[in-house]
Amino acid sequence: MAQALAIDGRQDFITTKGRQISRLKCDDDSIAGAVSQRACVYCGARVVLNPITDAIHLVHGPIGCASYTWDIRGSLTSGADLYRNSFSTDLKERDIIFGGEKKLAAAIDELVAKYSPKLVFIYSTCIVGVIGDDLEAVAKAAANRHGIEVIPVQSSGFAGNKAAGYRAACDALFRLTAPATPAEAALAGKDRSINYLGDFNLAGEAWIIRDYLAQIGVDVNVVFTGDASYGELKKATRARLNIMQCAGSMAYLASQLEETYGIPYMRVSFLGLADTADSLRRIAAAMGGGDLSRRAEELIARETAAVQPVIDSYRAKLAGKKAAVYVGGGFKAISLIKQFRELGIEVVMVGTQTGRKDEYETIDSLVADGTVILDDANPAELEKFMAEKGADLLVGGVKERPLAYKLGRAFIDHNHDRKHPLSGFAGAVNFAAEVYSTLCSPVWRQAKTGGDLNG
Amino acid sequence: MAELQAAKSVSENPCHMCMPIGGILPLKGVEGSMVLIHGSQGCSTYMRRTIAEHFNEPVDVASSALNEKGTVYGGGENLKQALDNIRKVYNPRLIGILTTCLAETIGEDIERMAAEYLAERGLTDLVVVPVNTPGYGGSQADGYYLALRQIVAALAVPTSRHDKINIIAANVSPADIREIKRLLAAMDIEYTLLPDFADTLDRPYEEKYTRMAPGGTPLTDIRAMTGAAATIEMGVTVPPAISPGQLLADEYGVALHRLPIPVGVAATDLFLRTLREITGRKVPDDLLAERGRLLDAMIDSHKHNFAGRSTIFGEPEMVYAVTRICLENGIWPTVVAAGGAGDAAVSLFRAALAGSPEPSYFLRETDFSEIRFRSAAAGVNVAIGPSDGRYLTEKAGIPLVRLGFPILDRMGGQRILSVGYTGTANLLDRITNTLLDAKHHSYRSKLYEEFYKGRRLNMAPAQTR
Repeated sequence: MAQALAIDGRQDFITTKGRQISRLKCDDDSIAGAVSQRACVYCGARVVLNPITDAIHLVHGPIGCASYTWDIRGSLTSGADLYRNSFSTDLKERDIIFGGEKKLAAAIDELVAKYSPKLVFIYSTCIVGVIGDDLEAVAKAAANRHGIEVIPVQSSGFAGNKAAGYRAACDALFRLTAPATPAEAALAGKDRSINYLGDFNLAGEAWIIRDYLAQIGVDVNVVFTGDASYGELKKATRARLNIMQCAGSMAYLASQLEETYGIPYMRVSFLGLADTADSLRRIAAAMGGGDLSRRAEELIARETAAVQPVIDSYRAKLAGKKAAVYVGGGFKAISLIKQFRELGIEVVMVGTQTGRKDEYETIDSLVADGTVILDDANPAELEKFMAEKGADLLVGGVKERPLAYKLGRAFIDHNHDRKHPLSGFAGAVNFAAEVYSTLCSPVWRQAKTGGDLNG
Repeated sequence: MAELQAAKSVSENPCHMCMPIGGILPLKGVEGSMVLIHGSQGCSTYMRRTIAEHFNEPVDVASSALNEKGTVYGGGENLKQALDNIRKVYNPRLIGILTTCLAETIGEDIERMAAEYLAERGLTDLVVVPVNTPGYGGSQADGYYLALRQIVAALAVPTSRHDKINIIAANVSPADIREIKRLLAAMDIEYTLLPDFADTLDRPYEEKYTRMAPGGTPLTDIRAMTGAAATIEMGVTVPPAISPGQLLADEYGVALHRLPIPVGVAATDLFLRTLREITGRKVPDDLLAERGRLLDAMIDSHKHNFAGRSTIFGEPEMVYAVTRICLENGIWPTVVAAGGAGDAAVSLFRAALAGSPEPSYFLRETDFSEIRFRSAAAGVNVAIGPSDGRYLTEKAGIPLVRLGFPILDRMGGQRILSVGYTGTANLLDRITNTLLDAKHHSYRSKLYEEFYKGRRLNMAPAQTR
């Protein structure tokens, strides 16, 4: 077990509540050979942009990058489903030698002829960054040729970590949302609606929130990027306020929109009852309070009355258990700590792939003394700390799931392709039900008894 | 057979992956082995995700995490640091290094770096296996066989002749690997099976977890493959240049028998007959009884199967095996898509498909958009391949029999059994029952639409059925 922490430099990324959180290292490159759970720049960009439903998502690179990200997110659509395709220029050795620009231009032409999109994203990959194809030039020429928008996404895999991919996606979105005409520019920040940043409509989560806001009397202009369409995104700057859930991916865009168009933003979270209620209240207040706040209170009272008894019944069965959390971004980790507390479960280990300093400070302020906090963890560390802290359950993604199960621990899927919503009041019930289903399944009883058939 | 090669600049929904992911699998089937991907962090993570979800197993694969600096000045330092860290945490006996698009494009010489590393650290026990697997250089099937060849090349030492035979397994499931071992044990044959991920990628639940999965082909056995009586390599579609069996034949004179994956009557017969010819051991009555049961199953199901028109896709070796079982049962292969198949493989498919009375399309370098278009136009009613084929179900209503790698949307990819007579019967049942499901689901409404001719027009159809 001692060798789990044998890697030089990893100690700086791990701390315990009660020590100085400000010294925790984060948002840095992964250490070679550490078996990081992180993906790459391209992955970060792709997961943020992919939910845009009527865009062509064209990966300029070898086939693998497109293959591993085909329909990668369980983002739902109310309209087009072009985004559920994975297009690739499928670069081969000859393209690496002679350059891939011609093939890219031809690929765009073929896709435009077949699908008539208004928007094409071109994702750069590792080798494109090395061979130096001029994506801007190809994009510009194609845009002129077809009279559509073609936006390059600078997501070469080696140029930073996954968070750099979020930034590349934000750059692309900022560019896309720039008002095309003076008339549109004049409307910036003038509408009574809000934009909802950092929800990818996994299992319809953005729809749930949109509906809550509609009940309060707040219109959502566009969601970044769950179930978003080209037309909606082009009007994004009209919104009066940006609310932001997944800050890890969207903080950069939110601050750019504030700086450029004067649209303020506020952080929200719709994971768990407390965060959901608090977010709805703050949104209502920010939009003027009064009737909005009254309706928000009515909604919160109504929904809480409906779900609190259910949550309480789960709490009775789950209280006292211990959870370990290892997820992508900081906001999710923060909300999970609170959400587990609603179920009487303490978080004893918490880490993220791309959390930022301020998020780790919030995490530190929320957890109990002795909780392990770590950035960019690897399987050996997850194994070690789950055992040391006696975690009964792990929250993570696909790669972490089999590890938890092999260690005889329960597991919560908080990944891209989940099929049930975890947001809002409805999601809080789903979450509690999932925790119950994995902690209290009878399989653990079988797994932990008997076996000594010859004894 | 009509051969089609798409004249497109764009791939719409890929039907194969890249070389390094194929290289990980055999390395996971070697005892005490760990894998390092030399490239940017994302490659290893995507591949781990895919493999972990298929096998439902922890799949630890390290990355040298190349960043901008490494890309500009070379990744040697990253590579060595990665090897150091892997040794500290996993203490492996063998480390496979797989390159990526990035490492190959910047011209990393991993063979030299690996040799330098071992010399600098004074390591004599650790085996390092460098494998050049540029993602743009081929599909996962190429990576699979090339990694096997490099494992053999790295470990092979001249050995005196012995009676064991070498079995090189194709990318089949752990359940298939176990079945192959059962067949060999039934014939009382001593063997070295490479790779052997029956346990490493399908671990029993145990109270105590070890970071390195127990199992895998022992290194000592791989070293001695050079003295074996013969090699049976499941790899008729594999170019000789990346064939491990070919290396053992060329450099150590081990007779090579290149056979298809033993799926179907003919291919299983060939496998067992070849074993008998090499070793002189008889095929035991138990296995002959299994053969009889398979024939019985084929006869029982033959009319249902004859209504099948299949689309078969995936890795060339598995596609070839499935094409043959479809031909044996009249589930006429209509669209056959083997991403990355070489010229020699195409001739094999041509010869096999010549045995079909129905027209067929063979697709190379294809994608799911093309497969869907051809399948729908040709009236295909069953697809057989990995789970990305769910696209054919969703978009064209063609039901999918999940087979091969990866299976990401169903449980038990590691337990799918398809080899040998018993495995074939199992696979055939899955195909037949998929055809039956579709038939039972639709025959009432189909017949109603076709023959009822709209009497009682006022009634909603749902009420009349």
